[in-house]
Amino acid sequence: MTLARTDHPQRSPAAFRAAPRSGTRHRRARHRKSRLTAWAFALPLVIYLAAFYVYPLYRNLDLSLRRYTVRSFVEGDAPFAGWANFDQVLHDPTFGPAIRNTLVFTLVSIAVQYGAGLALAVFFNRRFHLSGLLRALFLVPWLLPLIVSSSTWAWMLNSESGVVNHALHLVGVSPVDWLGSPHWALTSVIIANIWIGIPFNLVILYSGLQNIPADLYEAAALDGAGAWQQFRRLTFPLLRPVTMVVLLLGFVYTLKVFDLIWIMTKGGPGDSSSTLATWSYRLGFGSLLPQFGPGAAVGNVLIVIALAFGLLYTHVQRRQEA
Amino acid sequence: MTGRRRGIRVTAIGIVLTALMLFPVYWMINVSLTPQQDMRKNPPDLLPLHPTFEGYQAVLHDQLPYLLTSLLIGLGTVALTLVLAAPAGYALAKLRPRGGGALGLALLIAQMIPGIVMAMGFYGIFLNLGLMNTWWGLIVADSTIAVPFGVLIFRAFMSGIPDELLAAARIDGAGAFRAFWSIVLPVSRNALVTVSLFSFLWAWSDFVFANTLDAGGDLRPITLGIYRYIGNNNQEWNAIMATAVVASVPAALLLVLAQRYVAAGVTAGAVKD
Repeated sequence: MTLARTDHPQRSPAAFRAAPRSGTRHRRARHRKSRLTAWAFALPLVIYLAAFYVYPLYRNLDLSLRRYTVRSFVEGDAPFAGWANFDQVLHDPTFGPAIRNTLVFTLVSIAVQYGAGLALAVFFNRRFHLSGLLRALFLVPWLLPLIVSSSTWAWMLNSESGVVNHALHLVGVSPVDWLGSPHWALTSVIIANIWIGIPFNLVILYSGLQNIPADLYEAAALDGAGAWQQFRRLTFPLLRPVTMVVLLLGFVYTLKVFDLIWIMTKGGPGDSSSTLATWSYRLGFGSLLPQFGPGAAVGNVLIVIALAFGLLYTHVQRRQEA
Repeated sequence: MTGRRRGIRVTAIGIVLTALMLFPVYWMINVSLTPQQDMRKNPPDLLPLHPTFEGYQAVLHDQLPYLLTSLLIGLGTVALTLVLAAPAGYALAKLRPRGGGALGLALLIAQMIPGIVMAMGFYGIFLNLGLMNTWWGLIVADSTIAVPFGVLIFRAFMSGIPDELLAAARIDGAGAFRAFWSIVLPVSRNALVTVSLFSFLWAWSDFVFANTLDAGGDLRPITLGIYRYIGNNNQEWNAIMATAVVASVPAALLLVLAQRYVAAGVTAGAVKD
């Protein structure tokens, strides 16, 4: 947050101010030179973005509009296919489950992450002994490589020897076939994903809470508002901008999740935990007979959804800053 | 003294919550130390009562090349990210090229593109250019995760540098490059650290690019080392978890040595535009 506030540069370029000496022609030349300098510094990035963002995305679009085989993939002479790949994907029996699973995975994950993150942020907002250290430790799940957390959860949820089923056994619940049954696979990956996402929500919401002036709470307490009243009438409304940011970013980030599901269930059994991301990967890379075209088509559907919410996010951000 | 006692109670609740949250991490360590014959024991041992280092010996034996490759790829990604992002951040923050706003928006959107889509695009390009299964190809791909974030962090940080400082340098005869190198970079230490940490961690953790672009390479990163362990239907979970523990070391170090940069990075990445 401290970084965020410094960024409102409405000033004229520094070079301008530093050149008080001569007439307009001189100044104009200087101005042009400073503009050139500016682009010289930004140019590597622009070239990089063109080569390593725009071009791969273009290739992906191209993939989704042609009929590719492994051979034509290498030689690059695949025939144009129009919307055929999209059409195929749309009528694929996996399409329905993938869309549904993506929505359930994303919405349930961000709802629970947000709820838990908010509760924890409120909890950590009162300073107590060790609070800084404990808050730091809460970041651990978010920093671990995804393959580490996914394989740990996979073993914890193992139906025979997993510690989760053991804990359920202790409270008298019969063992659940977490990763092997189509009823539970999606729930399993959601649980693991929630665990990974809580720290992000906690950190951002905590920084949002820190920006609410303490005297507001003092005033509310003087007016006789209890803890719940203070939360409902003060904290929650004042956190609304931060909430929007967390939820929208959470949506975009959760939509992308691939590693976790692929490592834990590969989207299975059947399609029971397939999302758009894992399905796209499975089409393109998951078998010996890759279907690059349809895989890319699914990827492009994913991009469109991500960008829609991404633009909504930038819109919200801009409104908040204005 | 009631206030004090309440304080202790809150701390106790905090410790319990943290312990619950970190249980999977504990379990990973516990399993990494469990002897193979106890792995399927019911009930499982909650404490490593008979610790074995078999798992870690397997890591030393099998995974060392993977770990070194990840180190190489991580450092390469940091270097590439800094070289691209720091000057661009400076340009956007202080030199304000025409079209800078659009560039900022493009960076923001770039962060939202799913990695799997990028991987598929890169796959075709790498195949055509013969970059497949090279470690430096993977560095290029991994850098795409960090560069947009890096530029935005540098831009946010550098726009806080007073213009007077740069103007003074200019009066002393320093050109834009000198000013950048000997004034802007040194005072941007915090941003440099934050961007380096995150780009290293992301490259170290990357699985999507590694698995699509480097699965058959001579030099493969540790994420693929773990994946190979799991994929072989390996039942030696102590070795798998020991590798996972070793692969977590950079994250742990980061948290111990640079916690404030981590928190700054998380918030800045989200709250900044």
